[in-house]
Amino acid sequence: MTRITRRDALALGAGGLLAAGLPRPAGAAIPMGNATPPPARIESGATLRVLRPTKFVDADETVFRANTQKFTAETGVQVRVDFAGWEDLRPQTAVAAQTGAGPDVVVAWADDPHIYADKVLDLSELAGYLGQKYGGWLALPQRFGKKWGTEQWVALPMGGSGGPCVYRISWAKEAGFETFPTDHAGFLKLCQQLKANGHPAGFALGNAVGDGNAYCNWLLWSHGGMVVDEAGKVAINSPETINALKYARELYQTFIPGTLSWGDVNNNRAFAAGEIGLTQNGVSMYFALKNDPRTAAIAEDTGMARMPFAPGGKMAENVLLLNAMVFKHTRYPNAAKEYLRFMMEAEQYDTWLTGCGGYWSHPLGAYAQSAVWTGDPKIAVYRDTNTVEFWSGYKGPISAASGSVAADYVVVQMFAAASSGQSTPEEAVREAERRARRYYR
Amino acid sequence: MSVSTERHVTWRRPEVAPSLLARLFDSKPFLIAICLLPAVGLLLVFLTYPLGLGIWLAFTDTHVGRGGYFVGFENFESLWYDRVFWGAVFYTVFYTGVATVLKFGLGLWLALLLNENLPFKSLLRAIILLPWIVPTVLSAIAFWWMYDAQFSIISYVLVDVLGWRETYIDFLGTPWHARWSLIAANVWRGIPFVAISLLAGLQTISPSLYEAALLDGASSWQRFTRITAPLLMPILAVVLTFSVLFTFTDFQLVYAITRGGPINSTHLMATLAFQRGIPGGQLGEGAAIAVSMIPFLILATMFSYFALARRKWQQGGDDE
Repeated sequence: MTRITRRDALALGAGGLLAAGLPRPAGAAIPMGNATPPPARIESGATLRVLRPTKFVDADETVFRANTQKFTAETGVQVRVDFAGWEDLRPQTAVAAQTGAGPDVVVAWADDPHIYADKVLDLSELAGYLGQKYGGWLALPQRFGKKWGTEQWVALPMGGSGGPCVYRISWAKEAGFETFPTDHAGFLKLCQQLKANGHPAGFALGNAVGDGNAYCNWLLWSHGGMVVDEAGKVAINSPETINALKYARELYQTFIPGTLSWGDVNNNRAFAAGEIGLTQNGVSMYFALKNDPRTAAIAEDTGMARMPFAPGGKMAENVLLLNAMVFKHTRYPNAAKEYLRFMMEAEQYDTWLTGCGGYWSHPLGAYAQSAVWTGDPKIAVYRDTNTVEFWSGYKGPISAASGSVAADYVVVQMFAAASSGQSTPEEAVREAERRARRYYR
Repeated sequence: MSVSTERHVTWRRPEVAPSLLARLFDSKPFLIAICLLPAVGLLLVFLTYPLGLGIWLAFTDTHVGRGGYFVGFENFESLWYDRVFWGAVFYTVFYTGVATVLKFGLGLWLALLLNENLPFKSLLRAIILLPWIVPTVLSAIAFWWMYDAQFSIISYVLVDVLGWRETYIDFLGTPWHARWSLIAANVWRGIPFVAISLLAGLQTISPSLYEAALLDGASSWQRFTRITAPLLMPILAVVLTFSVLFTFTDFQLVYAITRGGPINSTHLMATLAFQRGIPGGQLGEGAAIAVSMIPFLILATMFSYFALARRKWQQGGDDE
């Protein structure tokens, strides 16, 4: 679960309760390594404009603004933060990059800094410092921070939103599963039993940018499939993909009717209404349930676990990453870098991480010690979000093409067509191959 | 004797060469040009330029955030072999055709009803307009809930209240259900426009014609086919043209309800163009899809213009 439009947020309704209802444990000690920050000679009279995606949970905006104000108070640099709708952010970033005007710092989606790699500042020094101080960058942030195949950092990943399995504990027990299965066969059996007991599973197979891609990428990656190989050559037509499609078709039999039309918000609604017993989602749904007295009982019974692993025991869940970059066109590069450093330092970052209740999981190892992950032991599974070694466009270079494939729902529709029986797995994969080739040419 | 040597001088208006400016403003071509300039400027800047840019983009491989190169018909070539694109073309034509027929059938019927003497006539007319006044996205969200796979009010009534069905209807989950559901939503939204426009047309028909027909003993069907229909034709042509154009380029309903799903079965050309062009970043290809709509639109406009609006009596002459 990842991209949710503002409309979806409205439908969820309870998102706003998050900030108010969260326990704020006293900041646990974040272990810090020895590192000296890169020298910052903030330009006199510097001002900054920052563009980032709009909040999904309230604290995301309030804490972010508070931290920014603190930066202004300490350095005298005026910072204006603009919040763009999730679907508007990419076009706005494109305009800034093309015109060389507008925001100095953009907290963009994962691939964007790579698309504009020649237009952004080198952040290697800063990333090196942060990595050294806070226990090293996790796998996914490393993948998206560094320019492909180099050690040069073009972006500073700030947080990732993951989508593990969310299920009803008592119904899983009723289905005979005291512990959550970690393999595909067990997972299928659990879903079959859930369905037999009247609590079907439900994963989005409609044109849902977030949930659809999350579920289908998991299916593909966890079976060893990939859209392209290391060189960026389309490699989706493989026995692994066929296996994934066959598995998806069996799993689809355990779904509630209508998942082919599901958007990003349907699974949240169906889960909250007790219509489904198992789905995949970000942490926000759990807090929405927990903070609403009418659904608190469901939250009590909600468990969260890793989706079945990829070969070699690797976690294979899709993550939506916030990736900050500084444009070369900024007049105050030092101030911009210093701003990012300030926001990533424990005093500020941990408040934000905790405030958001783990919605944006940390990119730096040391924050695993944050109180947010111990305050409610159930959400601990979100702690490791950014350790995933798969990425949108796996296993190829990060490029504009991977974004296009996701936006055109190529992988989602391959799985939807094969699951519903509209195409055989072989037909579905050939069609996906043809469409992917169009983007990777 | 003194001879008058005074020369007779006739006074003449001193000849002042007209200034350049004055001559300029006297020149007719210049005046025409300068008076047209604002209008032409507006058209060029706000209509021709975007249209031209769209067409130019369709022949490039421009990507969001990256300029493109001229690639000729490459985009169209790849669309030619793209099943998703042809699916969108099919559904756009189907959607427009079916929705327009239904909207006109029902809209005309509604207009005829409203033209009768009903109690609370003005209030009824105002209410009829509601679906059209509500912003499309709002009505789309209402339909989206009504078509929800789990929480549909329609399914609820049929299954849980009346007990006529065993299972909930999967409105948006199978291709044909989804296609018809969207057409129903579009028809619901489009009827008021047709009905109110045709009602306006109906009211321009002089009652004396009907009175004369009544005296001649014409049946109500005859009155409809001989008086109402022909006199309504001019406004019908205009309304039809507009309605076809609006339906063909519809975007919001489909984007808000299905986003083109399930598995691309409800993509309209407009939604596909947007999906490929903006979120997908392939501006060139998105523009190519949008440009592909132009021939269809021209065809539709020509059809309603020539088939319906050419009659001589519109210019006051006799028909045929």
